[in-house]
Amino acid sequence: MTATTEINKIISKENLVYGKTSVLLDNEMHYCPGCTHGVIHKVIAEVIDEMGIQDKTIGVSPVGCSVLAYNYIDIDWQQAAHGRAPALATATSRLMPEKYVFTYQGDGDLASIGCAEIIHACNRGENIVVFFVNNAIYGMTGGQMAPTTLEGQVTATTPYGRDCKVTGFPMKITEMIAMLPGTRFVTRQSAETPGAVRKLKKAAQKAFENTRENKGLSFIEIVGTCSSGWKLSPVKSNEWMKENMFPYYPLGTLKDE
Amino acid sequence: MGDVRLMKGNEVIAEAAIRCGCDGYFGYPITPQSEIMETLMIRRPQEETGMVVLQAESEVAAINMVYGGASCGKKVMTSSSSPGISLKAEGITYLAGAELPALIVNIVRGGPGLGTIQPAQSDYFQAVKGGGHGDYKLIVLAPASVQEMNDFVDLSFKLAFKYLNPAMILSDGVIGQMMEKVELSDFKPRWTAEEIKEISGSWATVGKPADRERNISTSLDLDSAKQEIFNHKLQAKYRAMEENEVRFEKIACDDAEYLFVAYGSSARICQKAVEQAREKGIKVGLLRPITLFPYPTKAIQEMLKDVKGILSVEMSAGQMVEDVRLAVNGKVPVEHFGRYGGIIPTPEEVVEALEQKILGK
Repeated sequence: MTATTEINKIISKENLVYGKTSVLLDNEMHYCPGCTHGVIHKVIAEVIDEMGIQDKTIGVSPVGCSVLAYNYIDIDWQQAAHGRAPALATATSRLMPEKYVFTYQGDGDLASIGCAEIIHACNRGENIVVFFVNNAIYGMTGGQMAPTTLEGQVTATTPYGRDCKVTGFPMKITEMIAMLPGTRFVTRQSAETPGAVRKLKKAAQKAFENTRENKGLSFIEIVGTCSSGWKLSPVKSNEWMKENMFPYYPLGTLKDE
Repeated sequence: MGDVRLMKGNEVIAEAAIRCGCDGYFGYPITPQSEIMETLMIRRPQEETGMVVLQAESEVAAINMVYGGASCGKKVMTSSSSPGISLKAEGITYLAGAELPALIVNIVRGGPGLGTIQPAQSDYFQAVKGGGHGDYKLIVLAPASVQEMNDFVDLSFKLAFKYLNPAMILSDGVIGQMMEKVELSDFKPRWTAEEIKEISGSWATVGKPADRERNISTSLDLDSAKQEIFNHKLQAKYRAMEENEVRFEKIACDDAEYLFVAYGSSARICQKAVEQAREKGIKVGLLRPITLFPYPTKAIQEMLKDVKGILSVEMSAGQMVEDVRLAVNGKVPVEHFGRYGGIIPTPEEVVEALEQKILGK
């Protein structure tokens, strides 16, 4: 028996305990090795599949590395100008209240240029889900400082480390958002271990269920890595994230009403 | 005779939106157009037709709400005045780049900067030549009466959906604030989900059923070769608008030896100036562009066999006059007369300018 037929036997249908959801497309991802976006995309696609809402879900992609999210999740998408995804989602949700609408945004998109749009969408309590991927750096433009960049962190625009006296402080926007009465569910998750992925998936399920029950805005921050921007291997990135990001951006649910 | 009323131009925009089956209005207050959103809030169309009306946190958010709503195949609109339109410029070029239909109303005030809240026509370049980045065009309609404020709302949506392109009503503080008799349009129901599927099913992001590919509302293509092909497609669309959608009005042009070219409130002033000049024996007519893009270039050229000189009259330092000169191409003298910064010219001033600049008196 050749090695290939041996493998085919092992992965035969009756032996499989897990499969890729068809809501995740087969297009080759442009993300760097070790990037968290791929895992988050998979989690969202699985939840859409399991909840049976593929034909009722509209995603809004940002500007940044995940601008091309529409190439990977098999749903209708709107591609927003930088930071404006919550405005698009607001209108989409209000004009089609029976649909599931989510934005997918990075730290530059949501916490910097789109700060007004996200705060006001949250404050209005729009019936949408927000996925906020925080890797403390601008990925697509080549590793510049983000609002969430940690003190002392080296980036292309803070080559000697972030000096908070000059640049201001790493922004805990999720804590700010949790204060707004319009938000119903605000949580901070990660995706670096199978356990973390399971928790993230549960949070995503809950968020879409909130939409179904017309409960208002659910906000999920995912603390993630950027191996290319951080100039670390994928393994080292996860270690750096745990050592540096998690103490400043502690995981857990801030609000669940 | 239908529903005839005495109304302000801005109020009529709101009423016409409700009546034409508009699905959503997203705006931010700015003088001199705030009555549009205020009228909608008083009318509560959400209870009558289901139309959504939302005061956004900024002009930027409002135009991006329009982008989101337009992506769903809905009839959506925003309105603002000059400084607010500058803020919306990003969203407008995204709408054009994503080929989305929408209506943007600009009740122009004097600039630059915060300028003044008084009427002006100094945003012609911004509306017609761009305003945002990239090679795009808006369909631009210039109403000269409160009646046209009514008529052009429905017309804008028709053209926007015909060409999958944002349309702008370029009005100004005079037309927006003045009261006139208007015959309001009849009520049309909003499109149902089935109708939207029929009309816009190939692109609208309403949720992907199993039997079609996903619809994506985007202006992004990183492949330069594809981006160039897409730009060719846009340019072909703009040429088609130039072929099919030029609208203008001619007043007293049959025996005209001289010509005013003016749009919007300047055209109303020129109408009076035509009467006054003709009382003095000057045979002058008025060509009023109704569409500013596409521009009535051929209509002006056809006048050149008879007219000896043209005065372009605008409440600006001279913007539309460039398009008149491009049309005329040096064949007869073309001059500009304008008051600006919120000053409205009188018909007497216009006649005087004609005499001095064109007749050489």
